[in-house]
Amino acid sequence: MIEYLRSAFAALVANKVRASLTMLGVIIGVLAVTLLVSVGDGARKYLDDTIGGIGTNLLIVTAGKRETKGMGGPPLSSTKPLTIDDVRALERQGTLLRAVSPVVQGGGSVRYQGRTRDVSVIGVGPSFADLRNMHVAIGEFVRQEDLDGRRRVVVLGRTVVRELFGEEPALGKPVRIAEGRFRVVGIMEAKGTSLGFDLDDLVFIPATAAQDLFGKDDIGSIITAARAKEDVGQAMAQVEEILARRRNGEHVITIQSQDDLLQTFNTITSAMTWVLLCIASISLLVGGIGIMNIMLVSVRERTREIGVRRAMGATRADILWQFLLESVLISVCGGGVGLGLGVAIIMTVHRFAPAIPVQFSPWIAAVAFGSACVVGILSGVFPARSGAQLDPVEALRYE
Amino acid sequence: MSAVAREAEALIELADVRRSFVVGDQTVDVLRGLTFSIDRGEYVAIIGPSGSGKSTLLYQIGCLDTPSSGTYRLAGWDVGALGDSELAALRNRTIGFVFQAFHLLPHTTAIDNVALPLRYAGVGVRERRARARAALERVRLGHRLDAHPERLSGGERQRVAIARAIVHKPELILGDEPTGNLDQKVGREIVDLFEDLNREMGSTVVLVTHDLEIARRTRRVIRLVDGQVEYDGPPAGLP
Repeated sequence: MIEYLRSAFAALVANKVRASLTMLGVIIGVLAVTLLVSVGDGARKYLDDTIGGIGTNLLIVTAGKRETKGMGGPPLSSTKPLTIDDVRALERQGTLLRAVSPVVQGGGSVRYQGRTRDVSVIGVGPSFADLRNMHVAIGEFVRQEDLDGRRRVVVLGRTVVRELFGEEPALGKPVRIAEGRFRVVGIMEAKGTSLGFDLDDLVFIPATAAQDLFGKDDIGSIITAARAKEDVGQAMAQVEEILARRRNGEHVITIQSQDDLLQTFNTITSAMTWVLLCIASISLLVGGIGIMNIMLVSVRERTREIGVRRAMGATRADILWQFLLESVLISVCGGGVGLGLGVAIIMTVHRFAPAIPVQFSPWIAAVAFGSACVVGILSGVFPARSGAQLDPVEALRYE
Repeated sequence: MSAVAREAEALIELADVRRSFVVGDQTVDVLRGLTFSIDRGEYVAIIGPSGSGKSTLLYQIGCLDTPSSGTYRLAGWDVGALGDSELAALRNRTIGFVFQAFHLLPHTTAIDNVALPLRYAGVGVRERRARARAALERVRLGHRLDAHPERLSGGERQRVAIARAIVHKPELILGDEPTGNLDQKVGREIVDLFEDLNREMGSTVVLVTHDLEIARRTRRVIRLVDGQVEYDGPPAGLP
């Protein structure tokens, strides 16, 4: 085998320009596979982290029955809205639930001394911050008394604080949200953006106060969490049962778990990765065709050499291996260079643009390198066979 | 077949060997019933006008082709009954080829060219180089071991080719117009070399040529006309 490799290497060295141009096709193919799959994987990891970061074992309860898999369509049956009493019932009876919080979403402009900012206003319960992995930096979050007493207090996100107060201390100051006067009781820690949504550009008020503000009797959704990962399924059943009992046995609510959400996104990202992989494979295929073309030329050019080798005692298998290893060598070298370039580019992106989610994983390396080898073998077999099948006399006579 | 029995036999034995080719819808008989044998240690020229079947006979004797009918035995082996890889092994063991156009591998040093038959015989790299060096020294090219064929003169190239033909000590050295691409003086040196190999090493030498001057220096001439043996005897008896 070493013998064949040595002569294959010698043949490539003898035709440096041709060999490197052929290799370039494979390099580009492997580079494309590595980079595109890395982008796909990076996107998946980014979504995993993002969705994983919003909390642990979360369950989101909304009114109406709808499909929980996929992106979720419109409600399938008549709705009976969720209320604060539903939240209380879950808190009392939900033995498998860690915490429960109502969520009332709305928008409004927040004003302080002539400065205004349009933000998302979220009506919540005291456990919301804990459920969503958010923390108060200064002051307090919405408390149970605030919720029960429908108090007009507000906890501000970082961006809101910066825009309205600048360097001025905000705690205890009055702000206007829509037509209501609220008192600032807390400031959230910076959380950054997630899925293109600025988590610092919102304000939290008690859900009851939000109902008063937006003139609603119901709440948009309930956020809760199972005590442990193993309990998620049972917790969902419990929530379903408790709420059904409060609706004369009608199952007219929808519960979505964090896993459902994760799976939905995973389906999308892995489909995307596959599409990218297919596109990249086309360039690898073109590289393979290039190898086959060059190998056919090489066999043709060296017809007399094949005749001489056969006369000296080379068997058909000897000739086959000689040319096959030549094409494998081209593609393996091309694969190695392409992979190296890919890793270098990914590392450069990581260093200079860490915000771009590009994820290099060993399986990409294996796929890229493996497919380069397969391409080399596949595109070498036909030319090598045609060389091996030559009649020695005709090969010797070939001009 | 015992080794002793094989030793006693002729090296080359043709019995009514025929070879025909199909060209279009016609069958062309190129060799039309050749029967002769060549013993070990002989020095033979095969001559004939072009189209007489010389080359076809060379490929038969060289085991690069097999008869359409009749039997050809080389060193006791029935060549027509061997498969492709057995033929390759027989060529590798028994025959050293010298071609008119040298047919050295380009981009390959003289010593590596000479070592080629040993590679297919499965000889290890170090022994290969040692034996290739000895063969090159035998043809007085010990000083050009690492030269590429492109940098050698025609006569030197043919001497490298002869070294390649003797490196594995074959019983038969088969020359196909070995002086055809050389001028007269160099050609004569090459023929001297074949003569030496025949005399000193006892190798059987068969040269296919159209050059009567070369043929006269051998000890036996087989003249082909129209695919049949027209003369077989000492060069002195040539018409």
